[in-house]
This record gives sequence, C-alpha cells and structure tokens, in this order.
Amino acid sequence: MRRRLCVLTVNGERHERAIAPAATLLEVLREDLGLTGSKRGCDGGECGACTVLVDGEPVLSCLTLALAVEGRAITTIEGVSTDGELHPVQRAFEEQGAVQCGFCTPGMVLSAKALLARNREPSREEVRLALSGNLCRCTGYGRIVDAVQLAAKRMRT
Amino acid sequence: MLPECDVVFPETVEQALEALSAEGARLIAGGTDLVPNLTRGVSRARVLVSLARLAGLDGLEARGNALHIGARVTLARLARDPTVSALSRAAAMIASPQIRNTATVGGNLCLDTRCVYVNQSELWRGANGFCIKTAGAVCHVVEGGKSCVAASAADLPPVLVALDATIDVASPSGARTIALEQLYSNNGATPLSLAPDQLITAVSVPLDPHTRAAYRKLRVRQAIDFALLGIAVAITLDGDRCASVRVVAGGLAPAPRRVKLDELRGERVDRAFVERVAERAEHAFRPLDNVATDRAWRRAMVPVLVRDAFDELGLSAS
Repeated sequence: MRRRLCVLTVNGERHERAIAPAATLLEVLREDLGLTGSKRGCDGGECGACTVLVDGEPVLSCLTLALAVEGRAITTIEGVSTDGELHPVQRAFEEQGAVQCGFCTPGMVLSAKALLARNREPSREEVRLALSGNLCRCTGYGRIVDAVQLAAKRMRT
Repeated sequence: MLPECDVVFPETVEQALEALSAEGARLIAGGTDLVPNLTRGVSRARVLVSLARLAGLDGLEARGNALHIGARVTLARLARDPTVSALSRAAAMIASPQIRNTATVGGNLCLDTRCVYVNQSELWRGANGFCIKTAGAVCHVVEGGKSCVAASAADLPPVLVALDATIDVASPSGARTIALEQLYSNNGATPLSLAPDQLITAVSVPLDPHTRAAYRKLRVRQAIDFALLGIAVAITLDGDRCASVRVVAGGLAPAPRRVKLDELRGERVDRAFVERVAERAEHAFRPLDNVATDRAWRRAMVPVLVRDAFDELGLSAS
C-alpha cells in the first residue's frame, strides 16, 4: 500500500512524515518521530499507557489513526516540561514516590494535567475518576493520587 | 498494529455513503471498538471510511419533544448533557475517560458483539478451532449452536430502547427513521441490520415529563470493563400508577432484550410492583457462558439491578 503524507503538530512542532494510511498515532509517535515516552502497553485500549492529549483532552494513541488527528494539537509527555523545568505534576510524582516501574507514568501525568486544567481543586474521588483509564500494574495508586493533589495545591498558589 | 488497509476521509454524508459502497469498506468513527478488533483479526477491512473530517452529525439539542443526538457526538459530551439523566449516566459509565473523549454515540450503538471465545488473539482463536463469529463452523458457548450468541455489551442501547428511541439512517436510496430496536438482528455474527453502505446519522429520544429512567451496570471493575449485565428501566407514570414500564437488558444476547410487562399497566407503583418487575426480569433473562463470569451470578444479579434502578428513581419506598 502506498504511504501517505501526514502532517502532525506535536508539542507545538510541525512534523511531516510518509506513513502507512492506517498507522496509529502511537506508532507514528514512537517509530517515526522517536517520541518513545508514550508507551505501548496493551495496544488494545485497556491500560492507558499510550495516553496523549489531543486539543488538551486525554485520548489513547494506540486506538487513534494518525491521519485522523492532522491539524490537531497533540501533547506527549516530552512536551510537558518547559525549558528543562519539570511540570508541577511531574515534580510532585517524583517527590511523592508516585513512580515505581514508571511504565504508566507518562499516561498518568497527562491525564492528571488535563484534569488540573479544568478543575483546580479536585477531590480524591475526582482524581481517581480522572485517572480511571490509567492502570498502574505496580498498584501504586495511593501516592499517585497524593501527587496529583499536591500538584493541584502548588498550581493554585 | 493494524493490518494494512487504506483510509479515506469523506467530508459529507454523501461522500461517506459513496466510499462505503466499495468492497470491504468499513465505517470508523472513534475507532475504540473497531481498531482492537481489526488488530486481532476479529474484524476485517480493505478500506476504512473515517468520519474524522466529516462536517456535521455533531448536534446535541432538545427540539420539539425529543433530544436529538448526532451520531458523531462523543460519549464524553453526552455524559455532560443533563437532558436525559439515565442516558448521560450510562454514557459516563462506559470504558474510561480517554475512550469517552473519542468514542461516539453512533459507534456505541454499532458496538460489535463480544464473547469470551471471540475477543482473543488470532492465535488463541485458531488453537480453539475458531468459531462461527469469525472463521470457524462451531459455537463454543452452545453445543451444536448454529447461530452466534456473542453479546451486545454496549451501555446506551438498553437505555435508548427502554426510552423508545429512534435512529435516522442514511443510505444511497435516501434517509429513513426506524425504531432503534430494529437495528439489532439478534445474530451475534452480524449483529446489525444495516447494509454495509448505510450509516446512522442521529438518534432521537422522546422527552416525556411523566417518564423516568435509570440504568445499572454490572462489572468487575468500576472502569474500563464492558458490562457483564446492564439493566435499563423506564417507567411512565399516571399519578401513582404505571402507564407503562419497560425493562431492557444488555450484556446477555446479541441484541438488547426486553421483558414483556404489558399486564402491569394501570397497577399502583409500590414495593410489591417493583418485586413483580424484578421477578419477571429474572425469569425472562437467561445469561449464557459467553463472558468470563459465572452465568448463575449474572442471572441472580438481574433482580438486584432492577430493584437498584427503581431505588434510584425513588419508586420503591412505599
């Protein structure tokens, strides 16, 4: 099958690549753009490790056709820090010990970032709901929720 | 990784219908159900007709005596709309936040049926001799079964059928409106009565101030999981009496299943009434071993969910 030109805006940068028409966003991010922060976990929409933001909303890049998100603003974990400075959510994850093996962390951070953009003071329950599509196989959920609340507190002040 | 196939992006419904008439064409909206099925070889496509760049089909408004929902409205957006609370609550129970941001109402109505012998890798299914839903000749759920019994595990259809919703269907020969219930064939291998070149453009839900509805979902985890059983209850009241009551179950059979409850019309709605509905539902629904959960438990949970639904409506106190 002939490859197709695809223009993606990832972390504010424009990328043009020739891709297979049915390539998923996850494949293009990892294989074509070298952005391996988005993880391939289940590759079936059940684990959340491949979560990225499309126009600010968390979606699963393993289920999204790359060509379907041309022209949309895509944010991956690589685009969350600014000028080498960790995002408050990342800093809180590090300080709270919310990272164990780390495989779920990029997806968790992006889901949390999207939550804090629309809710400055989420309850624990609201944090749990917002992260309910992100599985942590190390089961370190308690500290992840702690970290999101700490980040929310810091971002309010 | 998806098997190799082409993708086209129609910008109008007419272009979409034309693209769908090609051999091996499959409609893809959010893709949250179709992509994993294509990856695992449960579904096949030569060309995907994506609705990602289509203009329209994204309205969500109460007009006249009905809520009109465009087929491309996402589940996240429906979950935020307060017009029909049973519907928005059912939408909020589907899968995960990420999937609700992508998956559409039309896609949920067209969700492929699921079975413990189907939603497996090609290797697993091949080792088991496949089954009638994909490449095989036998059913592993019903010995000697000739018709696929994979279950409709979607959450919106039971609620929408209980509320007597209709769908608008576009096809090369023109548009038509049918009862949502008629969309389902009750054959798990080909669960929809739509021809390959037809597409759902909208759903309409009648709005009646005397009707209340609730939806309860049985699952192991409170997120991500498909329904092992879903019970929708809709009741139209005439004072303290029942003008009509509908109970529809999902997660059991290839189509949403209704219980016949016509003889309860005119009855006073009290705790005894709720018990009669719960009992009828338990007798009417017979779960099969088509999901990886004990069928006796799923059946025992039918009356529990019916009572929970009436509790939620505040109709089982007296």
